[in-house]
Amino acid sequence: MDLFLHQVLAGLATGGIYACMALAIVMIYQAIDHLNFAQGEMAMFSTFIAWQLMQWGLPYWVAFVATIVISFAAGVLLEQTVLRPLHGAPVLSHIVVFIALFAILNSAAGFIWDYTVKPFPTPFGTQPLFGQGLMSAHDGGMIAVTLIILVLLYLFFRHTRIGLAMRAAAANPASARLVGIRVGWMVALGWGMAAAIGAVAGMLIAPVVFLEPNMMISILLYGFAGAVVGGLTSPLGAVIGGFSVGVIENLAGTFIPYVGREMKLTIALALIVAVLTVKPSGLLGRRVMTRV
Amino acid sequence: MSDVLLSTRNLHAFYGNLQVLHGLDFSIATGGVTTLLGANGAGKTTTLRALTGMVRTRGDIVFGGRAIGGFATEDIARLGIAHVPEGRGTFSRMTAEENLQLGAMTRGDRRGIAADIERVYAYFPRLAERKNQQAGTLSVGEQQMLAIARALMLRPKLMLLDEPSFGLAPRIVEEMFVILRRLNQEEGVALMLVEQNAALALELADQASLIETGRLVMAGPAQDIGRDENVRRAYLGY
Amino acid sequence: MAQQDISFSDTAVRGLPSVEQNSWALWGTVLFLAVAIALPFFLRSFVVFQLTLAMIYAIAIIGLVLLTGINGQFSLGHSAFFGIGAYTAAVLMDQFGVSFYWTLPVAGVVCFVFGFLFGLPALRLEGIYLALATFALAIAMPQILKSSLFEHWTGGVQGIVLIKPDAPFGLPISSDQWLYFLTLAIGLMLAVCAMNIVNSRTGRALIAIRDNPIAARAMGIDISLYKTLAFGVSALFTGIAGALSGVAIQFVAPDSFTFNLAIGLFVGLVVGGVQSIPAALFGGLFVLFVPNIAESVSKGLAGAVYGVILILVIYMMPSGAAGLARLVADKVLMKAHRKGPR
Ligand SMILES: Nc1ncnc2c1ncn2[C@@H]1O[C@H](COP(=O)(O)OP(=O)(O)OP(=O)(O)O)[C@@H](O)[C@H]1O
Ligand SMILES: [Mg+2]
Repeated sequence: MDLFLHQVLAGLATGGIYACMALAIVMIYQAIDHLNFAQGEMAMFSTFIAWQLMQWGLPYWVAFVATIVISFAAGVLLEQTVLRPLHGAPVLSHIVVFIALFAILNSAAGFIWDYTVKPFPTPFGTQPLFGQGLMSAHDGGMIAVTLIILVLLYLFFRHTRIGLAMRAAAANPASARLVGIRVGWMVALGWGMAAAIGAVAGMLIAPVVFLEPNMMISILLYGFAGAVVGGLTSPLGAVIGGFSVGVIENLAGTFIPYVGREMKLTIALALIVAVLTVKPSGLLGRRVMTRV
Repeated sequence: MSDVLLSTRNLHAFYGNLQVLHGLDFSIATGGVTTLLGANGAGKTTTLRALTGMVRTRGDIVFGGRAIGGFATEDIARLGIAHVPEGRGTFSRMTAEENLQLGAMTRGDRRGIAADIERVYAYFPRLAERKNQQAGTLSVGEQQMLAIARALMLRPKLMLLDEPSFGLAPRIVEEMFVILRRLNQEEGVALMLVEQNAALALELADQASLIETGRLVMAGPAQDIGRDENVRRAYLGY
Repeated sequence: MAQQDISFSDTAVRGLPSVEQNSWALWGTVLFLAVAIALPFFLRSFVVFQLTLAMIYAIAIIGLVLLTGINGQFSLGHSAFFGIGAYTAAVLMDQFGVSFYWTLPVAGVVCFVFGFLFGLPALRLEGIYLALATFALAIAMPQILKSSLFEHWTGGVQGIVLIKPDAPFGLPISSDQWLYFLTLAIGLMLAVCAMNIVNSRTGRALIAIRDNPIAARAMGIDISLYKTLAFGVSALFTGIAGALSGVAIQFVAPDSFTFNLAIGLFVGLVVGGVQSIPAALFGGLFVLFVPNIAESVSKGLAGAVYGVILILVIYMMPSGAAGLARLVADKVLMKAHRKGPR
């Protein structure tokens, strides 16, 4: 029982990472109605920018804020230049372009900053929170930040006019234009916000997994898993999903004999498929109800 | 009688390379009600789309003294043309009230918006009862009401309505036309109405135009058009 | 995110008599065959090997055309079926001494069964959710292949070394050339099968489901059956390709079947043209050669160059090579038509 609790706690710590990523994924899904496979690489690239700023001597929080601003601008710019010509193109073309972005960012980061693993500082410290090194202060801080972002996003989307406009632009662009919403800008804004949230996720994750161009690949997958488990339309669902994936991954690794440790990833993924099969819109996803 | 709110000259419209409108000239009076009649595929929907920049056009469109041909849809909406599209175009995943909020997206006056929402509920009491329901789950009639209500939230000078009676029970259609008449008279909104139900449309309208394969073949006071032998046979069924 | 999001722009109206098109298609095929048969006698054996691989990828991509282009279901997980096919052939040859030729149909059948089974839960998923579930499959496959549970057969991380068959009947050609011709023959046969499927009643049902599932159901089409069948058949094609690849490379290992392969196949599908079976060959060539080209442009930035090429291709050929070819062909034919008599 003790072991069980410990593993849950450790799972929550890793789950915080996934929750953070899942949140960024859902965010962009809300804004553009597509899953961005390059999102992890965008976060990784932002984190390198933060690292570079700190190398140049900027203090942590200054670099942190600057990175968020830069990432936001870069996200907007990326949408305006690379993705704008794709408006109205089939999903398949979008996926291919996301794959292309993935390749470009990964390779460029390796080229600029090389592939050696770099440590990344944490503002929260590394001392254990509950003893036994199951959850560190950094893990706690990361979870707290994730929850804060979640609340902010909720307020933004539910209670601001621009949040409402963004949701409308994503759900039904043609109608959104008819009520005067500048859809192009809403989409760009969505990319900016997603890039900014990704940057936060990257900077919080890097102290745990260390900084290198491939740091985000498996985290993106777990993030997807979390986002899907929670239902792609719900930020709260994404966070809960991210934590559950972390916990289940840990428990499976400990308690399922033999396969557990080797096939953690497989088990997490089997979970996605299982959840989707039972509940195709995820745990908290909104069932789209339409009458014909 | 009154001054011109919108006019077109030699209006062409295209889907890709396919030309659908071949040079339309018509005008809509401020505060007037115009109906556009025509067979299926004649280009009625396309005409409305052309006015709000949803298709590629050539020719002139002047609205309130301003040439708006080639403007983006969102800019045209901001000038005060509310288009209730074919198929209603409600935001089905959002609540009825959120739809109304969206209708007022171009406006900044919070208080005015809140007041307008109440006013719109007065026109459509049924929507008030269902304001927190997902729009996609409203009945077809309620969704149509919501679409019109949303368009009103823009405080438009001109409202374009594409077959608002489509799929509605006769009683609801009549109810809706009563409301449309009130909107026109009490709010001073000019209406451009595309309708299958030509009899009702001609009753409401003061001007009517008849369109055939993308060309205007007849235009004039609604009463005259309604009396025309060919129109009666083709669209009114007597 | 419903299926109608995939817009199938290839279904444009074409304004030419089909007889003329058929004769063009016939001549094109004859020319292609002549070149394809002659090539191995003029090229270095490494290039022959590369072309063989490109054809193998093309076969796998045909599987995706059937699934995505014809039936409207996504898959980012076909590396898994490719891997299962390769391992089926490898284990049969290595552990049970089965002849290579017999392993191909077995690999196909095994993959059909796996594909069909995977298609069952996939039935409930649409669009992006299905893409994710299949993506998960692609990610999981290398781990499963590495697992100590199956190590006895699969050789774990080490993989299995295989031997290329020599040309039979004492034919005076190298084993590379032989495998090339074998792949060409199998590829052609499978392509013809695929075209027949598309033009059959089954094909029409698959297309109806893609275009309008509700109407298809109303027409009495058993949607579940056809969708799972499409998954199975698609996996069958890809599995045979996998089996061929194992032998062509003479080695199978878990890390040959990562999601990179799945993404490569997907890219090949889109770049070729999702609905065109002949265009799968273009896709196969793209998958094989473009990464090499990127690497030759810049070693350090190979990935970035590849990405830029991909983006440019998508901008310039929004409906793939097939769409572009059709556009050009229509222009040329139109001109010829106008100039001609009458
Ligand atoms: N999106 C489109 N792409 C290509 N052609 C279109 C498109 N929409 C309409 N058309 C064509 O334009 C012509 C006019 O269509 P439109 O929808 O304007 O007709 P309509 O008068 O509104 O007919 P209905 O009474 O059936 O609604 C038709 O021939 C139609 O096929
Ligand atoms: Mg119409």
